[in-house]
Amino acid sequence: MTVPQPASLLAVDSLSVTYRSERATVQAVDALSFALQAGETLGIVGESGSGKTQTALALMGLLPATAAVSGHARFGGHDLLALSEHELNTLRGQALSMIFQDPMTALNPHLTIGRQMARVLERHQQLSRRAALTQAAQMLDRVRVPEARARLQQYPHEMSGGMRQRIMIATALLCRPQLLIADEPTTALDVTVQAQILLLMRELQQELGTAILLITHDMGVVAANCDRVLVMRSGGQQETGPVDAVFANPQDGYTRELLAAVPRLDAEQPRRLAVVGRTAGGVASVPDYQPADQVVLQVSDLQVRFAAGRTGWFGPRRWLRAVDGVSFSLRSGETLGVVGESGCGKSTLARAVLQLLTGYRGQVLLLGENLGDLARAEMTARRRDLQVIFQDPLASLNPRMTVGDIVAEPLQTFQPQLSRTQRLTRVQALLEKVGLQPEHVNRYPHEFSGGQCQRIGIARALISGPQLIICDEPVSALDVSVQAQVINLLMDLQQEMGLSLIFIAHDLAVVRHISHRVLVMYLGRVAEIAPRDALYKAPRHPYTRALISAVPIPDPQLERVRTRTLLAGDVPSPLNPPSGCAFRTRCPLADARCAAERPVLRTVGESEVACHHADALALA
Amino acid sequence: MVAASGVPVAMPRGRSLWDDAFESLRRNRAAMFAVALMAAVVVLVLAGPWLSPYTLDSTDWERISAAPSLSTAHWFGTDDVGRDLFVRTLHGGRISLLVGLAATSVSLLIGIAWGATAGYAGGRIDQLMMRVVDVLYAMPFMFFVILLMVFFGRNIFLIFVAVGAINWLDMARIVRGQTLSLKKKEFVEAARAGGVSPVNIVRRHIVPNLLGVVVVYVTLTIPQVILVESFLSFLGLGVQEPMTSWGALVNDGAQVMETAPWALIFPATFLALTLFCFNFIGDGLRDALDPRDRRSGA
Repeated sequence: MTVPQPASLLAVDSLSVTYRSERATVQAVDALSFALQAGETLGIVGESGSGKTQTALALMGLLPATAAVSGHARFGGHDLLALSEHELNTLRGQALSMIFQDPMTALNPHLTIGRQMARVLERHQQLSRRAALTQAAQMLDRVRVPEARARLQQYPHEMSGGMRQRIMIATALLCRPQLLIADEPTTALDVTVQAQILLLMRELQQELGTAILLITHDMGVVAANCDRVLVMRSGGQQETGPVDAVFANPQDGYTRELLAAVPRLDAEQPRRLAVVGRTAGGVASVPDYQPADQVVLQVSDLQVRFAAGRTGWFGPRRWLRAVDGVSFSLRSGETLGVVGESGCGKSTLARAVLQLLTGYRGQVLLLGENLGDLARAEMTARRRDLQVIFQDPLASLNPRMTVGDIVAEPLQTFQPQLSRTQRLTRVQALLEKVGLQPEHVNRYPHEFSGGQCQRIGIARALISGPQLIICDEPVSALDVSVQAQVINLLMDLQQEMGLSLIFIAHDLAVVRHISHRVLVMYLGRVAEIAPRDALYKAPRHPYTRALISAVPIPDPQLERVRTRTLLAGDVPSPLNPPSGCAFRTRCPLADARCAAERPVLRTVGESEVACHHADALALA
Repeated sequence: MVAASGVPVAMPRGRSLWDDAFESLRRNRAAMFAVALMAAVVVLVLAGPWLSPYTLDSTDWERISAAPSLSTAHWFGTDDVGRDLFVRTLHGGRISLLVGLAATSVSLLIGIAWGATAGYAGGRIDQLMMRVVDVLYAMPFMFFVILLMVFFGRNIFLIFVAVGAINWLDMARIVRGQTLSLKKKEFVEAARAGGVSPVNIVRRHIVPNLLGVVVVYVTLTIPQVILVESFLSFLGLGVQEPMTSWGALVNDGAQVMETAPWALIFPATFLALTLFCFNFIGDGLRDALDPRDRRSGA
């Protein structure tokens, strides 16, 4: 079955992409061969730098002039790699289309949607403007863009990310291409929107018979959407085969490690994540660390709002309620996961707790002391107990300072009496603890990989000996295997030092893996807070339920039988949240009461839920 | 633990971004040529006058407006009162370069301090400080210089003050813009969370990261200041006799262009070469410091 049939739609034969510069030669793609049948979906999966995007760009003839391409790619009687620019242009957009990761930068911000879509049809099918616009509107209907006609007059910035990606898909499919190359089409989108887009792509594929080359780093997306999968690593093929076979019984060691490194939403008990290239096979289980009873952090009715201009010159000032009445507590040694889609106020919550923004309302009690009441000098002293780890590992380190200086900086504030050598000793001990070499103190951040930079950030957060560390998406910029290392490190450190963690993330599987309790946020409000197992096994809020159901699980057989509760539409603007329950515009259970009355958090079973229908949902 | 037990460990020095930038500058031929040429001009300007038997204000009555000649040791010729142009051109170079460096340093110090403070403080303080800059911008520069000259007489230091006082405004705006984008960076937030005081954040985290842009701007400011000084001297508002500058020499030379072209050609060539060098060095630095060019490390 895996033998390429003679009639395959696309047959790639020993494709290589090489970059040569004065200093080095980089083999981005190394003799890659694969075939794709008509109407089939092939997933190309790999970590960053594995050459998956380079492969796609090579097929589309979009590589920069500095790249040397060799090999063959037979597609409908042509060799894609040998075509002239002119010949490629008649194929591209017609028989062969591509959608990109970021729908904002892939659309021209200066042209209306209609103009951009019509141009494709005018070029390839010689349609008149009027006929082209009619077809474009029909295609927008097909990708379920509401009010398609009116959308044609709009510009890309007037739409949400999910809507823009639908428009990209509609544009790509206008000429009914035989092959669609999708490069990380849902990576920039929220899970609920990702689920919508992936379902749409599957449906369109059945309707139009388009073959799809789906490039992604997410094993779950592959399992749910592909017929066959190709695992890439450093430019070459590691393993290929039907998804069922590869996921159930991976032949290649790297594939096995990659699969083991992903935290799974359906795992029985969270286990220690396997680390690619380190532990072969032997996977220890995580001793479940029990938090103590002492309350470290108590947040009550926290509200943060930002001024967002006025309506008109003399109109009332508009406010963006980023965090709208959030309360929770955190015990010593506990990890509280905070999840929610982009713009739900997770990061703002973190900054308010850290006292990095002023002018919030409500109370933040750290070890019983209200941080908002403290004078500046007292607050500076208190910061010793309250540290932070950021999302972008490189951006969170000052590029002009050495690693030693970066890690030692909090010591200069909190323990100025230490001598230079004492500081160095402390820094080196800590670097060793987070898995770096102590002799790296004189190096600069850009000399380290993303995962190593994140370890440096962790060392800096630990050096003052804090009680509480707020991790703001600490692993979302990292590859799966590096993510596993960092998560393991955080869990080990917590156990060893009794740290309390607030772990903010959008990946529900990662949060499940690391958290004792989970807080789900929607539009600045708490939808649900519950102990981990209660939340994932019996979600009480319809939003939690939809979020969990939207996450793809890296198991193709399970994915096929799973039923999804898909949410309609996108997250509303926090500038203008819906009345009553913020979630009601997308909620399948919404009724008149939800529009009239804002639900308060109340206890249902083990969970605290803000939903009028929580009891009904608990019974269902 | 190796370090804790007191055993010394070799700690290799890392490559800073400056190291990277200098290496990439070294590979830029045009910029390196400009650096070499500039160094040659500076050495000549500093040491050159001693090579000549003449001094700045000695007049050679026998050779007035004489053409360049090796035998008389008037290598660049003489002007219309018989002063040696070789010595005068190099002396003028000292003044021109000094004005360029001094005025730029003044604008650098005030501009960085003002811009970084305004940008990091934000809010009302920022508004107030930048409105001061706007008001000063609105003052007509020439009017300001003439006013200074009328009140205090012609003085070389007044030129430093006048040019520096105008140039720091641009610097402050550039630095403020950079600071605004830098202070949103996560490493600045991390420093705030680490209890670092605002002064130290600006000093340790903001200023070193905007120096790249500043250095490029400085290499473009120095020639601009030299030109401004030349312009003032050309108008007769610049340095006072017997002192001279390239601008003043060009002014004198332009008046005798038809009869004694060497009086224009030599100072004008030096001036042009210097401007050319600074612009090429600035270009090279901009390429070398361009963050887009740098590997992200990920």
